[in-house]
Amino acid sequence: MAETEQHEGKGIISAINGPVIKGTNMTTFKMREMVMVGKNRLIGEVIVLDGNIGTIQVYEETEGLKTGEEITPTGRPLSLKLGPGMLKNMFDGIQRPLEKILEISPIFIPEGIGLMSIDEKKLWDVTISVKIGDVLLPGTIFGSVQETKVIENRLMVPPNISGKVIEVSPIGSYTINDVLVKIQDEKNEIHELKMAHEWPVRTPRPSAYRQETLVPLITGQRVIDIFFPIAKGGTTAIPGGFGTGKTITQHQLAKWSDADIIVYIGCGERGNEMTEVIEDFPKIIDPKSGQSIMERTVLIANTSNMPVAAREASIYTGVTIAEYFRDMGYAVAMMADSTSRWAEALREISGRLEEMPAEEGYPAYLPSRIAEFYERAGSFETLGGDEGSITIIGAVSPAGGDFSEPVTENTKRFVNVFLALDKNLAYARHYPAINWLESYSGYIKILSDWYEDNVAPDCISLRNKMLELLYEENKLQEMVMLVGEDVLPDDQRWVLEIAKIVKVGYLQQNAYDKEDTYVPLEKQYAMLKSIEYLYEKGRSGLKLGIPTSQLKDSDIFSQFIKMKYTIPNDDLSGIDRLKETVDIYYDELFKKYEN
Amino acid sequence: MKRDYLKIDKVIGPLIQISDVDDVFYGEVVDIVDNITGKVKKGKVIKIEGKNVVIQVFQSTSGLAAGNSTIKFTGESFQLPMSLDLQGRIFNGIGEPIDNGSDVFSMVEANINGRPINPTAREYPRDFIQTGISSIDTLATLIRGQKLPIFSGNGLTHNELAAQIVKQAQLGDNVDEAFGIVFAAIGVKHDDENFFRKSFDEANVMDRVVMFVNYADDPVAERITTPRCALTAAEYLAFEKNMHILVVMTDITSYCEALREISSAREEVPSRKGYPGYMYSDLASLYERAGMLKDRKGSITLLPILTMPNDDITHPIADLTGYITEGQIVLGRDLFQRSIYPPVAVLPSLSRLMKDGIGEGFTREDHADVANQLFASYSRVQEVRDLSQIIGEDDLSDTDKKFMDFGRAFEAQFLNQAFDESRDILESLDLGWHLLSILPLSELDRLSPENIDKYFPKEK
Repeated sequence: MAETEQHEGKGIISAINGPVIKGTNMTTFKMREMVMVGKNRLIGEVIVLDGNIGTIQVYEETEGLKTGEEITPTGRPLSLKLGPGMLKNMFDGIQRPLEKILEISPIFIPEGIGLMSIDEKKLWDVTISVKIGDVLLPGTIFGSVQETKVIENRLMVPPNISGKVIEVSPIGSYTINDVLVKIQDEKNEIHELKMAHEWPVRTPRPSAYRQETLVPLITGQRVIDIFFPIAKGGTTAIPGGFGTGKTITQHQLAKWSDADIIVYIGCGERGNEMTEVIEDFPKIIDPKSGQSIMERTVLIANTSNMPVAAREASIYTGVTIAEYFRDMGYAVAMMADSTSRWAEALREISGRLEEMPAEEGYPAYLPSRIAEFYERAGSFETLGGDEGSITIIGAVSPAGGDFSEPVTENTKRFVNVFLALDKNLAYARHYPAINWLESYSGYIKILSDWYEDNVAPDCISLRNKMLELLYEENKLQEMVMLVGEDVLPDDQRWVLEIAKIVKVGYLQQNAYDKEDTYVPLEKQYAMLKSIEYLYEKGRSGLKLGIPTSQLKDSDIFSQFIKMKYTIPNDDLSGIDRLKETVDIYYDELFKKYEN
Repeated sequence: MKRDYLKIDKVIGPLIQISDVDDVFYGEVVDIVDNITGKVKKGKVIKIEGKNVVIQVFQSTSGLAAGNSTIKFTGESFQLPMSLDLQGRIFNGIGEPIDNGSDVFSMVEANINGRPINPTAREYPRDFIQTGISSIDTLATLIRGQKLPIFSGNGLTHNELAAQIVKQAQLGDNVDEAFGIVFAAIGVKHDDENFFRKSFDEANVMDRVVMFVNYADDPVAERITTPRCALTAAEYLAFEKNMHILVVMTDITSYCEALREISSAREEVPSRKGYPGYMYSDLASLYERAGMLKDRKGSITLLPILTMPNDDITHPIADLTGYITEGQIVLGRDLFQRSIYPPVAVLPSLSRLMKDGIGEGFTREDHADVANQLFASYSRVQEVRDLSQIIGEDDLSDTDKKFMDFGRAFEAQFLNQAFDESRDILESLDLGWHLLSILPLSELDRLSPENIDKYFPKEK
């Protein structure tokens, strides 16, 4: 009896099994409530309630915990503090800033450092755009802060409150916890509006309505932009075995995508990769803004050796931050590397809960969790009346490189773009190792108008033609493997030659070359168009009975293969000159044969 | 004062269960004292369920019985004393000396589980380590602070390769920078351990080696702690004593098998091939301890060796390792059968960190080009070989015949190397150019015109 009184309102740890613990005396706890566990006050979340016994997943290392220690409720679900100060920063899976953790503890991440989030002491220059008497609805923008050089943080009324303005603070410098505006709602209740508000990570933020996605996310990567485009507000999966270049592809997308905001989640991956991001990104200049890409980037890092429960949460943390920026009217692109590690975290926790496993030990709710996650992408009209979008690009790490495993299979069901990375291409150092036969984009139809209006009227038909050529090449290669190239008829050998240019000179893109790492759409189109030009020239030659060996001029071919490096992105006149070279060579050749 | 417990409820493999226990913490170390002989076995609390506690025993549980042992909770987590005196010593998998030397005494004790390194504390590794082996230096360059496993098969020459790397690795031009080796033998044969010890002796580095040895016939549970003890020692030497540490771990396959055995004793839900679902996280908690830090001079470079069951690279052990480590050096059985040493299968081998550690200022400006071209050309060789299997080499086109020549020369001269032969990187790159010159220039599309001008052998 004395014991319960002493622990009033608190749970008592009764069982410990890795990141999963159980507590008794938990009748007053709520499902999904955030709790503090034990003497060290480790952060945890209630995931099962059964009578007075609660099960908690703990976001920090549990070694050292004892039964009998207290579980303290916090009265609220696991939430993020959304406000200025997230851009240019790196957080762990539950939004704790890693730089600040480093100040507390050098080198290693200790447990029991408690909750922390965006900087609460920093002063921001605030502009307030509402006056007394204005009626503010949920999501209305009431002011702004220049958060970084390129991003203005628009201060919003939290999605769950509204009312009439009764007090406005003067323009000036404030911290995120200072009251800027007071509003009174219909029940005469007064709400304080601050720069930051809290939002539970597992609840999608509301929006007015979902719109169609009609604009592509331009990535500067040829194989994606031309062959398998991603729509703004769309969903993409990049599956690939180890060593196929998932992370490099994700990094390229984070660096060069024309989104306003990038949220990059390193979920259960290598520590050095996140270090690389911190070192590299500040040096890269965004072609759109002329500023460092870090100015628009939020990083979340839960590396593979960090606690597994926080890995599960990191995906939700990332998407909630993305939704926050979407609500301001920004186009957000979110990269999650890798969603398989998130799925494995689900599996690990499910195993510790002794749930009945479905395929390969994954819990039966895996498909619904994947669906819920990808469905948070989309193009929306926000509560404030702006347009915002979230594009989700998730890497998948299939066990054994086998795409039939549960995570890849289930992801495939809920995404529209599938960029399959191929081990054999990677072995041949064909990067990005996106297999053009297995990949697809469900946005071709929706986006074709945009491409026709903004790139070239024949852009999509050119794409289809070249893709068909690649399909044909694949079939011919099978034949070549059996009988050798020499026995093929000339027109088929010409297809092989042109396909080689497309593969080496076009689909391969060098992420480490200054010119080739990002290519504007005009050049992407012009390059492909010029290859088609060469292809057609050769076909006219074939009609004259010229053999492929004559049609293939190694000098011209090597110019085509190297045009990605030799022709600068901002001056495409080289492509016209290349076409002239083609004309001169073939006119002369044709003349010889016509006579 | 901790109570002693006298009754063991259950013994399953390496696990024991006791009941009616109070006041223990998760991860607490226990001493299991044999009441008759007074011998002490060590164990660790791995599950607490009310008053029932599951303990994983690091030594053999045979001979344990309900009534003959006393279980003492020590009130401590698994700590090892850390000191520079660790060097030159040999320990078992739980850090007890087995070389007849005295115990290591130190005020500094470290928890063997370590803690995750804050990614913002890391420094991105960029310093090239020359191993003197052409295939590795040129095509899968080892970088200081990298974790680069050797994927091998049973009977292949991975031990020789690891020993050669240890012997030849130049951990920096700066000779006064201290370097050391930490060796973790996990479930290895006595022969293998002997081989390594001999090669350390020959390389004259024995006084700089810390060895943790768990033999194949040693208790399985100890395999879980062996690499952790080794990495704890490595962290101490690297980050407290500013040394450059090369950690060689063999055999990760035995480690994972131990993990599976214990998981099954705990009646956990298995995932692929019976391995536990947390194997990825568990392996990551080992491999991720490698690296470099911003405000520390030392580094940990990790060279784990694993034998792929049935040479299968998609087997969960190799697969999960590949997802965590920064590349892999794969050994090929067909090369081995053709007496090529080291039998490095070039195409699936990869070093993720090499891109930032090679080229001008590190190795030579043409390194990336040469590596890419060798990969691309050798990959083409495989296709041509397949074709020649069908139509015969005589019927190949002239270009394809040159690829056949290139393939043979590449394997015989570039890959093949004597156990005591050390080639510096410039030598290896020149050899690469020499071999590429077998091929017509038009087939070399990965080389920049400037590099061709400068390095392509003019006339043979």
